[in-house]
Amino acid sequence: MASRLPPPYTALTRHPMLPHASHDEAARFNFLAHFNRYLTDMIGPGNRLAYEKRVLPAFRAEHGRDPTHRHEIRDAMNRDSWHRTWSALKRNSMEMRQHYGRQMVLRQLDELDAMARQYNEHSGMLELDPSIRQPEYQTLVDIHCQPGGYHGEERPGDVTVGANYDVGLFATTGGALGGLNDGGGQAVVQWIKGERPDWTPRRILDIGCTVGHNIVPIAQAFPEAEVIAIDTAAASLRYGAARAAALGVTNIRFIQASGEDLSRWEDGYFDWVQTTMFLHELSATALPHILAEAYRVLAPGGMMLHIEQPQYSDDMPLFEQFLRDWDAFNNNEPFWSAMHEQDLKRLLAETGLPPESLFVANVRAVVDESLFPPSPDGSKEDYGRAAIWNAYGAWKPLNKAEAA
Amino acid sequence: MTDDIDWIKLSGRRAKGRRPRFFNDPALDLLYSTVLALTAEVSALRERQDTLERLIEKHGVMTRAEIESYEPDHRAGEERGLATRAFIARVMRGFQQEVEAMESSDPPIDDIVAQLSRK
Repeated sequence: MASRLPPPYTALTRHPMLPHASHDEAARFNFLAHFNRYLTDMIGPGNRLAYEKRVLPAFRAEHGRDPTHRHEIRDAMNRDSWHRTWSALKRNSMEMRQHYGRQMVLRQLDELDAMARQYNEHSGMLELDPSIRQPEYQTLVDIHCQPGGYHGEERPGDVTVGANYDVGLFATTGGALGGLNDGGGQAVVQWIKGERPDWTPRRILDIGCTVGHNIVPIAQAFPEAEVIAIDTAAASLRYGAARAAALGVTNIRFIQASGEDLSRWEDGYFDWVQTTMFLHELSATALPHILAEAYRVLAPGGMMLHIEQPQYSDDMPLFEQFLRDWDAFNNNEPFWSAMHEQDLKRLLAETGLPPESLFVANVRAVVDESLFPPSPDGSKEDYGRAAIWNAYGAWKPLNKAEAA
Repeated sequence: MTDDIDWIKLSGRRAKGRRPRFFNDPALDLLYSTVLALTAEVSALRERQDTLERLIEKHGVMTRAEIESYEPDHRAGEERGLATRAFIARVMRGFQQEVEAMESSDPPIDDIVAQLSRK
């Protein structure tokens, strides 16, 4: 049993930019890591019981049929007292995670801001562009209930939202992302090294990098590569660039830019275009724009890779789709529902990628398992937060002339 | 410490976006937030006490600096994890037993009272 429990917060790798956690601040995050796991293990199964024992029978009695869409299940479950109670617990745990992270960060903001400035001035890895506006899909609500979203400032030039994002990933995932919260990036590295051991991409683009936690391991795995990590949010980039510098990384440039307009890079500039848990935070209009731009800047022979939770397919039971949709309506992830309904392979094909170039791979967080237990799966999976993903990707075909 | 901002006030800022209301009586939503925050505080207190006890046992002396810098080793981390799990089980008993209740189908106690009064 103990092997499956979350590690203590102090197991995180304390890089110089990571806010210092006092004894009790670490203890609060320990509580949340365990509380979230308990909600999933012990309380969450009540949702299925409530559904099967009373919500579904009542639905059948009323409609004379089974639900045909996850939204019908959601409407019915939202009237059930148990599901509402469970949602209240889960919503509170998300809000507490934000509150605790912000208390930790804000009380030491002077030190964090000063250190970030120092790293960023010396490294030259940060390039901000004040003309970049936050897209509407980033500002309608604060995504996953993070006050200020990815872009908000408590004062000009601060690193609050980036630092808070970094410290709290531990609590939300129960440590499933590893010591540097980089289990996703590590998983991508392990996958590509197994898939194409001899491949050496020259230029890599990460779109929607936030604090760069997933691009850092990729940059470290390909130290000769020129890595560009973009995001619209300066507040996250300031922290991310300083964090990467503090970890000794030198081959990433963090640039404030929108994935919808990559015009500063010519066609075919990058050998690898990556997004990690990013596409679900866009909008129905922005998603195809970004994929089209990603296709344009991808070199023939290069790879596009998008890490996401599994899409809602006809094979996925409606009840699981309903559970996976919870964050859209209860944790400020407003594009989560529509995005997971999309056929990503079809969207990728619409950019011009031939169907035979597309693939879907399963990846799991790669972590130091002596300290960090693997993410629970199956019936114990915390839907939407498990460190288990699908990688939707494609190898862009070589031009006919180059292939000949 | 950062002095020129009110970090306590700022840290509690709400996230933009209307919060779902989970209960018919809004007071219940508020009560949940307080109960859960108190639960976290009790958990943190217990963890701090555990640290104290381990350090006292180890050295026979104690300083605040030692408490602040204490890090559980692998084994202590697991022991504390187990203790936290058990603590959560105590606090969450009502919810967990509701799951069990949904698994069974006990009739209302009034029915039993009536039944026993008859035979």
